Amino acid sequence: MLAVFGLVAVGCSSSNDSGTVKSGSGTTVTTSGKPTFAAGTTMANLQAKGKITVGVKYDQPGFGQRNPTTSQIEGFDVEIAKLMAVGIFGGTVADAANKITFTEAQSANREPFIQNGTVDMVIATYTINDTRKQIVDFAGPYFVTHQDIMVKATDTSIKSVNDLNGKKVCSVTGSTSATNVKAKAPTVDLTLFGTYSDCAAAMSDGRVVAVTTDAPILAGLVQASSGQFKLVKAPFSDEPYGIGMKKGDDAFRSFLNDRLDAIYKSGEWASAFSRTLGAIGLDTPTPPPVDRYTSGAVTSTTGASSTTSTTR
Amino acid sequence: MTAPFVADALGPRGRRRVLVSSVLAGAVIVLVFGLALNRLADKGQLSDAVWAPLRQWSVQKFLLLGLWVTVKTAVAAMVTAVVVGVLLALGRLSRNGPVRWLSGAYVEVFRAMPLILLMYFVALALPKYSIHPSPFQGVVLALTIYNGAVLGEIFRAGILSLDRGQSEAASALGMTYWQSMLRIIVPQAARRMIPAIVSQLVTLLKDTSLGTVILLDELLTKSRDTGTFFHNRLQVYTVAALLYIAVNFTLSRVARRLEVRQRRKYKAGAITVTGVEDLAVLVAHGEAAVA
Amino acid sequence: MKIVLDNLPAFLRATRTTAELTALSFLVAMVIGTVVAGFRVSPIPPLRWVGTLYVELIRNTPLLVLMFLFFFGFPQIGIKYSTFTSAIIVLSAYTGTFVAETVRAGINTVATGQAEAARSLGLTFSQLLGLVILPQAFRAVVAPLGSVLIALIKNSALASVIAATDLTFLSVQLSNSTSRPVAVYLGAAFFYMALALPTGWAVGALERRVAVKR
Repeated sequence: MLAVFGLVAVGCSSSNDSGTVKSGSGTTVTTSGKPTFAAGTTMANLQAKGKITVGVKYDQPGFGQRNPTTSQIEGFDVEIAKLMAVGIFGGTVADAANKITFTEAQSANREPFIQNGTVDMVIATYTINDTRKQIVDFAGPYFVTHQDIMVKATDTSIKSVNDLNGKKVCSVTGSTSATNVKAKAPTVDLTLFGTYSDCAAAMSDGRVVAVTTDAPILAGLVQASSGQFKLVKAPFSDEPYGIGMKKGDDAFRSFLNDRLDAIYKSGEWASAFSRTLGAIGLDTPTPPPVDRYTSGAVTSTTGASSTTSTTR
Repeated sequence: MTAPFVADALGPRGRRRVLVSSVLAGAVIVLVFGLALNRLADKGQLSDAVWAPLRQWSVQKFLLLGLWVTVKTAVAAMVTAVVVGVLLALGRLSRNGPVRWLSGAYVEVFRAMPLILLMYFVALALPKYSIHPSPFQGVVLALTIYNGAVLGEIFRAGILSLDRGQSEAASALGMTYWQSMLRIIVPQAARRMIPAIVSQLVTLLKDTSLGTVILLDELLTKSRDTGTFFHNRLQVYTVAALLYIAVNFTLSRVARRLEVRQRRKYKAGAITVTGVEDLAVLVAHGEAAVA
Repeated sequence: MKIVLDNLPAFLRATRTTAELTALSFLVAMVIGTVVAGFRVSPIPPLRWVGTLYVELIRNTPLLVLMFLFFFGFPQIGIKYSTFTSAIIVLSAYTGTFVAETVRAGINTVATGQAEAARSLGLTFSQLLGLVILPQAFRAVVAPLGSVLIALIKNSALASVIAATDLTFLSVQLSNSTSRPVAVYLGAAFFYMALALPTGWAVGALERRVAVKR
């Protein structure tokens, strides 16, 4: 208990009542009662306000997608948001979920919304990279995906990225997936479409023999193909997804990282994964270690960013 | 309505030719329609799998709530835009130089701006000045800025279209400029403007769809989420388009009726305008004037 | 403003894309619009119905919905084009309805006597329309067609939602990566004005040259 207390105190500069168990405790569902935080921290402010605004995807199957029959947003990112909220408000997952206001995170608004405080954090298949780190900070990663390959279910010739050399392969314009595959298989014959569903269509009529991008996107396509396609499961390249938050709020970042460690240990992370991404056919991996990097100074940048996340 | 030059009666040969052409054209249309249906069926787009979700009440409710947000936003923006429009029209007709100049500059600048750019500006730049509009407020604000400029021009045309005798009579009665404006000119112009305002509502209603880029949870946003969820974008967007058409068609009808009633009542042409493009169409008809 | 100057080449490229989208869409829209206007005044009822249906359906649907329907919906029936081509198809289909209505209004301004004279000379309907009516109709509607063109410059901004790399798309990206939205959007506004104002002047000059003096 003392160790836990110490970790928390260092991590997020909070003072803790003896009755409150907050992190690293192995409690699966909840912490009893309200966690307490040092005044002035983001956690304390959010708790006082009784609400937190989180940017998530509304159109990414498995991660964040709005279900029109229930009007609820569903997916792994949404579950992570709820588990983070439990760390701030205490109580059950359902209680904490009631305190979350979800907002759609689009590629156009992610950074501005974090910077101007419209959202408190963004959990939206948001790849951690150095360009973005110049204007926002990331807790996590809470998930590392890999680029993978999708082929027709009957195909046995493609077993790894090397086998793509000389083959007609589909990806999406302006994505890092295209660049990655070109680096690993230099003689690949790339066809670039606007969307991945176009790629899937091109593969079913034989214009391409494989499609490559982040595994979860491919998993969604495999599921929608009703047995026509399969995942090769030969991952190459890493795409670490992080929790985007305001730059320089180190206390909040440490808190979120601690909270991630806690849900890794408690098994809540794995259970959230199997309920969401597991349902579209992904095996539950071991959680990635969080990266407690030192946030650099805010450097101003000019010029358009050249990095485009493969998952929008 | 057909052009006057086809209205004159045809001779027997002409009538025969029209009949033959009509049958041919009809056959081509039926053929094209059939091919389209065939293509849809071929690609499984008429199957139950893609249409069934749209028969669920929960999904219909989801979309209709979106339509409600669309209508609500359009009406709210219309009210504020009318106020801004009246002020701008009065400003442009003002005898005070700087006021006239400022109103003119406002109208010129914001009429030339793409609305979507204004939306982004309101949602992403205003927070830099610690102004955090909700999506609804943001969309209403952007629509007001833009439509205020458009309506300002329409109102100005309306005021200018009134007979000079009205203001002359008012000043002969000893009314000041503002008295004659507020008590004689604006009320008459406003009555004439009602059909134009209803028509402009059509454009405004269409433009609320741009709110989707700044997260307004209106019909288009809900349609996108529905189409993504059920993999039936074609069907959902078609339904959304039909909903927009139904509402807009009703509004246009109302505008038409108001206009006809007004023509009868005041024996004067009301000014009908729906958006910049339509404004152009009407200039061609000689019914409105654009500066 | 420094941010705009630093990215001047990108802004100029994007302005060019906006100009290309506008110009190409307008050309196609003029063709569509003229044909549809012809349909709408045609003596053949089925053509009139098709013309009316086209105008009423497209004009009452938001452009953005058409954009989404075509770009994200039509691939379901195997109709798919690149971003740029899709944008031009949708923009010209939409603008075509306004061109059609404008041209039709222009046709209505041509005195009935003209048509009567042409018919007494034995001209067929298409000769009458193409040789007598349309040339005069177009001259009467230069200014309104100019307004349609300027509206199209603005409407082309919607192509950014399907990732056409135009001025609006660039502004969103730049404001994102530099976090200087105010300067970036003002810059974009400047370039839109730089396209719209000269277009307005050119239309005015053309109108004065071809004006029908009666």
